[in-house]
Amino acid sequence: MEKERIGVYICHCGSNIAGTVDVAEVSRWAGEALKDRGVVVSRDYKFMCSSLGQELIQKDIKEQGLTRVVVAACSPHLHEQTFRNACKEGGLNPYLCELVSIREQCSWIHPDKAVGTEKAKAIVSGGVEKVIWDEPLEPLRVPINPVTLVVGGGIAGIQAALEVANAGYPVIMVEREPSIGGHMAQFDKTFPTLDCSACILTPRMVEVGSHPNVKLFSYAEVANVSGYVGNFQVTIKQKARSVNTDLCTGCGICQEKCPKKVIDPVFEAGLGYRKAVYTPFPQAVPKYPVIDRENCTYFLKGTCKACEKFCPTGAIDFNQEDEYFTFDVGQIILATGWDLFDARRIPQYGYGRLANVFTSLEFERLSNAAGPTGGKIVLRDGVTVPKSVAIIHCVGSRDKNYNPYCSAICCMQSLKFAHLVHERTGAEVYNFYIDMRTPAKGYEEFYQRLLEEGTHFIRGKVAEITDAARIDGCSEFGIWWRIVMPLSKPALAAVTIFAFQGGWDNFLAPLVYMAGRPELRPLSVGLYLLRGGAGQLPDTHYMMALSTLMIIPMLLLFALGQRYFIQGVTLSGLKG
Amino acid sequence: MKYSYFPGCSLERNASAYHVSAMAIAEPLGMEFVEVEDWNCCGATEYVSLNLTASYALIARNLAQAAKETSTKQLVAPCSACYLNLKKCDAYMEESPSLEEKINLALAAGGLSYKGGTLKVRHLLDVVVNDVGYDAIAAKVTRPLKGLRVAPYYGCMIVRPKLGENGTFDNPEYPTTLDKLLKVLGATVIDFPLKAHCCGGHMTQISESTGFELIRRLIKGATDYKADLIVTLCPMCQLNLDAFQGAMNSHFNTNYHMPVLYFTQMIGLAFGMDAASLGIGTELVDARDALSKIGVEVPEAELVVKKPPKEALPMPSLPEEK
Repeated sequence: MEKERIGVYICHCGSNIAGTVDVAEVSRWAGEALKDRGVVVSRDYKFMCSSLGQELIQKDIKEQGLTRVVVAACSPHLHEQTFRNACKEGGLNPYLCELVSIREQCSWIHPDKAVGTEKAKAIVSGGVEKVIWDEPLEPLRVPINPVTLVVGGGIAGIQAALEVANAGYPVIMVEREPSIGGHMAQFDKTFPTLDCSACILTPRMVEVGSHPNVKLFSYAEVANVSGYVGNFQVTIKQKARSVNTDLCTGCGICQEKCPKKVIDPVFEAGLGYRKAVYTPFPQAVPKYPVIDRENCTYFLKGTCKACEKFCPTGAIDFNQEDEYFTFDVGQIILATGWDLFDARRIPQYGYGRLANVFTSLEFERLSNAAGPTGGKIVLRDGVTVPKSVAIIHCVGSRDKNYNPYCSAICCMQSLKFAHLVHERTGAEVYNFYIDMRTPAKGYEEFYQRLLEEGTHFIRGKVAEITDAARIDGCSEFGIWWRIVMPLSKPALAAVTIFAFQGGWDNFLAPLVYMAGRPELRPLSVGLYLLRGGAGQLPDTHYMMALSTLMIIPMLLLFALGQRYFIQGVTLSGLKG
Repeated sequence: MKYSYFPGCSLERNASAYHVSAMAIAEPLGMEFVEVEDWNCCGATEYVSLNLTASYALIARNLAQAAKETSTKQLVAPCSACYLNLKKCDAYMEESPSLEEKINLALAAGGLSYKGGTLKVRHLLDVVVNDVGYDAIAAKVTRPLKGLRVAPYYGCMIVRPKLGENGTFDNPEYPTTLDKLLKVLGATVIDFPLKAHCCGGHMTQISESTGFELIRRLIKGATDYKADLIVTLCPMCQLNLDAFQGAMNSHFNTNYHMPVLYFTQMIGLAFGMDAASLGIGTELVDARDALSKIGVEVPEAELVVKKPPKEALPMPSLPEEK
């Protein structure tokens, strides 16, 4: 084999490399020790990537007749293209130029200059050995499949699909749930503008559902991916909906008639119910429901078929089976989204143990006007409006026991929650945070707004949550005022109304005690006197007037106290 | 299973009931304890803060003595402080060769040596719930603790700090092993929010009011949850809550009465053992009322009045009070 003429170029990268590698020594060594491998020129230069550095290489290619070039500088990720282009312009096939990294893999990780220099020599030597075997290549263009697969139908997947589809390329979207929309569909408000979440999301959902370039698979999963960049084969598993989508009109009668109600762990975050045949929410795209076979009475016991009976188009198909579709796609966008941190992993926070500890997703459903409480923020008993609410930031984040990183979302989400609680319940809101991180457009302003609204911000990491107000911090009076009193309001109201009525209408007692003091007699006795004595005609018109007068305080009291009074009746006497 | 057993100073004296009951349940649970020969004090919580290396050498001497026992590599300590010290010393010696070297220099003076990681240091509770297991315990229960409301109290030294990946046998923030154990024994276990809080340690000696406040919170917490008694696994916790309960009551002018027993005593009771044989009756806050709920009779402690020996010198007479 004819000997190659190799040029070796060592970059200082300012002090990035020169700080821990003796570049002049490496250059000298390469020129001498690698001479028999074909190195004919070896240089070091302050910034090889500068145009002067590139010109240096090009000049050598021309003047020294170099057939191979080795540049020892940064990672090929940064400048491989730069040097290949330089070689190309210098008249050398660009693939005969090797960039070896003596920065990321050498100077940055070695504090010792002697060791760094030795390693740099080894790396350069390796580069020279490789470049000898390099062959000139010609780039070619190959067609790639223009179809894009988007995995996940949340807002990220929807946006990605629309961008691609609107650019004129076909898209296949796969969503695990019966409807696209993802987590955003569960929210009521977005931060920091407090926009209506559904109003932003649903138009895009509809667009995806009806876009001619988008083929949508909901209630489906990607079963297999094979192939390589630009040419993938994907297998999509369409789970059996048990509903024939060609016939279904999405009228919703099946959901209405289905007798089986189950807790919805996905869309309602376990806080609400759905039927065994369901669409997660009214604006679902596609509009076709699915039958949850794990809970459907027909699939469990073999009888029921209420949905089939009532379906006007006969779209229910209990015998449907999972189907598999295979497509060729050129690229895949993964938009599989996020999942909630399991708060049960931090048992001292009591989630799952203490009734009124909620996760953020549960709170989103609580605050959503279409949620299980119709947007009323209440305790888990479903009726009591909280008097004070604590919001804990960073649960499971920034903690090496769980996730060491910052979720980058919970500060703003907590602020949003604080605002919603404040606005809808008037409760005192306490935010427990480690650091407030609000670095985006409008975020800091939102934080300021919350401060002005009177939300309390307490800095520190929450150690534990207990249901024991008595043990710390709350005085006996505090417990009575903040816990006992609010809970016994209905009972107190009922007692007050009855006691007042008894006292107001009392006839006998004042008659006995005030016998000798006619001027002190109350209205009840006065009313009796208007009845007239023996042989006297009753003053009916006065009686009527006084009776009306007497009723007014009673009515007033009832008007003021009836809210609690009725609450007392519903709390004690009625179920649910 | 066979274990090396490190009783520690407390179990010789104030916590003798813990030792007695641990020994009493060892046989039915199939545990065999071999006491470490010629063991010494573990240095408790104080010595570590005074002289680190010397204190670790003191602890390591126990490890070296225990390692002499060849039939088992498991070292059990019933006292939380001893357990933590032994475990920490073992873990740090394994982690840091320089500490190991220094300590071995000291140990060499007594002809001993120890290599970090040789022994597996375990707490008695860990052994009972994980080696013996809940099912085996449930099978032995003859007198379930039905109707007894207990507050499980772990204290702070048993599950913290988390040493290494598998450093603790329970959750460091919200432990539940003792809860499960007591449920298996048939007791009603309250969700005690202060279960892993500090009992005050030696604060009663250093700053009384601080110590008393820490004790008050625990006793009040258990009382508010209507517990009949607190069950613990640490002699320090038991001492603080039991022996200082009276002093705490007079400090705050309160009138709490909350007996504090060891989990080994509860196991013994559930196994139908005699209260006296478990050391019950030696606690200062009377547990008789609480235990009568499960039909356990505790004999009244006999007041032993020693007659002075013949050689005794006469006492000076005091002026009679009027």
